[in-house]
Amino acid sequence: MRIKRLIKIFVQKTLISAKTWLEDCFKYIGGLFILLAQTVVGIFSARPRKRQVLEQMNKIGVASFPIVFLISFFTGIVLALQSAYQLTQMSAEMYIASLVALSITRELAPVLTALIVAGRCGAAITAELGTMKVTEQIEALETLSANPVEYLVTPRFIAMIIMVPLLTVYADFFGIAGGYLIGISKLHITHSMYMKMTWDPLSVKDVMTGLIKSVSFAAIICIISCYEGINSQGGAEGVGRSTTSSVVRSFILIIIADCFFTGLFYFVAH
Amino acid sequence: MIKLKDVSKSFNKQLILKNLNLEVKKGESLVIIGRSGCGKSVSLKHMIGLVRPDAGSVLVDGTDISTLKSEELDRMRLKFGMLFQGAALFDSLTVLENVGFQLFEYADMAFVQIKRRVSECLGMVGLQGIENMKPAALSGGMKKRVGLARAIIMSPEIILFDEPTTGVDPVTGDVINKLIRHLHNTLKTTSITVTHDMKSAYQIADRIAMLYDKQIIGIGTPDEIKNSKNPIVKQFINGDAEGPITQGNGSRF
Repeated sequence: MRIKRLIKIFVQKTLISAKTWLEDCFKYIGGLFILLAQTVVGIFSARPRKRQVLEQMNKIGVASFPIVFLISFFTGIVLALQSAYQLTQMSAEMYIASLVALSITRELAPVLTALIVAGRCGAAITAELGTMKVTEQIEALETLSANPVEYLVTPRFIAMIIMVPLLTVYADFFGIAGGYLIGISKLHITHSMYMKMTWDPLSVKDVMTGLIKSVSFAAIICIISCYEGINSQGGAEGVGRSTTSSVVRSFILIIIADCFFTGLFYFVAH
Repeated sequence: MIKLKDVSKSFNKQLILKNLNLEVKKGESLVIIGRSGCGKSVSLKHMIGLVRPDAGSVLVDGTDISTLKSEELDRMRLKFGMLFQGAALFDSLTVLENVGFQLFEYADMAFVQIKRRVSECLGMVGLQGIENMKPAALSGGMKKRVGLARAIIMSPEIILFDEPTTGVDPVTGDVINKLIRHLHNTLKTTSITVTHDMKSAYQIADRIAMLYDKQIIGIGTPDEIKNSKNPIVKQFINGDAEGPITQGNGSRF
């Protein structure tokens, strides 16, 4: 009898926790979509804020160039070296160029760039907006008749949508350059052969699929980091919590979106 | 001018205000006093539409602002200026951009005119030559004064002050009190101040309202409040550790 009652209590508690978790989950996703809608409306209805957009483009894009260069260049090197293990056994070294070019443009450059931007800029956005929230600066904006979404989120969204794809193109270039360096210096592939094997299989579609992904990643990073920031509460500790949550949730959603788009492009192509 | 009618508000299932009624007359300086966390700032934020009531209405010049759409509310807020507890200056902007925020946003004015108006407002709060400084470089008292300059830049009809003397030394506190009273007299605004600093309340107020247990329990001129027979009001204004406020709740020490 007692065991039955304990099981019943356990099941009830589990169901209640699951219900709360689901409610919170739907509330969170709903909040993200509402913020996205308000931001997109803000792009067309609010007056353009060129200065803020340029400032954010500098913070998100220009300042991220060195780290994107380092990571994409070394990823290209690692990718060439790792694939050389197998391909040299089959005397198919020249395909390393194609492999590097396709995996960088279709997959690695957009995802790595998005993860770098989420970690570097998404966290900074959440920390900045979170601090503004807990020090009543966002409420102050409202009392000054300014719409916080139009003033804070829209310029960041525009900057992110422009700069993340640009950083991805940059990562494409340096990732391929990393592979080229290894191909020429260590694998003894000639310059003309490496270039031919890079460009021949590569089509505009490959680069475009990477760019479509990067635009969606940019939207995910911006909306999550801004949402977490403007909903921060509980002082410095709360801002820290929101910042961690912003990075973790951005990473998860970027990977899910990547899986979704890769699947979509695969099934559309076939 | 401002009327809170049967306003109730709760956060996270905790009731903060219950059927609160309060009327602010045009041109007066009303001070709301009460213990920390009793809902003073929440009632102030109701008046400017930062918080919407769960029940009841907030009337500003006869318009219920709790039902207004955001664009209408933004227009209504142009009548208001607000000084926040921590001044809430925008860290990324200079003093000039902070004080002139609304002019840069909404007024069709040349930069030189905005700069002149900002200098004029900074002069009114006793500051000069700090237009290019960032808020991080200012002291607590200076931040409050810059916040005050930002609140008066559009010549508002109503100014709200949230704990204006909290976090500043007594001398700066007295300067801010005198400044608030001076601005109230010269600009002919309606002022609503929230504080638990009784010295400040007596200096600023035409009328004082005491908020306790989610409602207004006493309202009157500073003299009427000083001579109030209500034991709760008496304990609060005298700052006594013993009395009905602390009775039985273990907060004596």
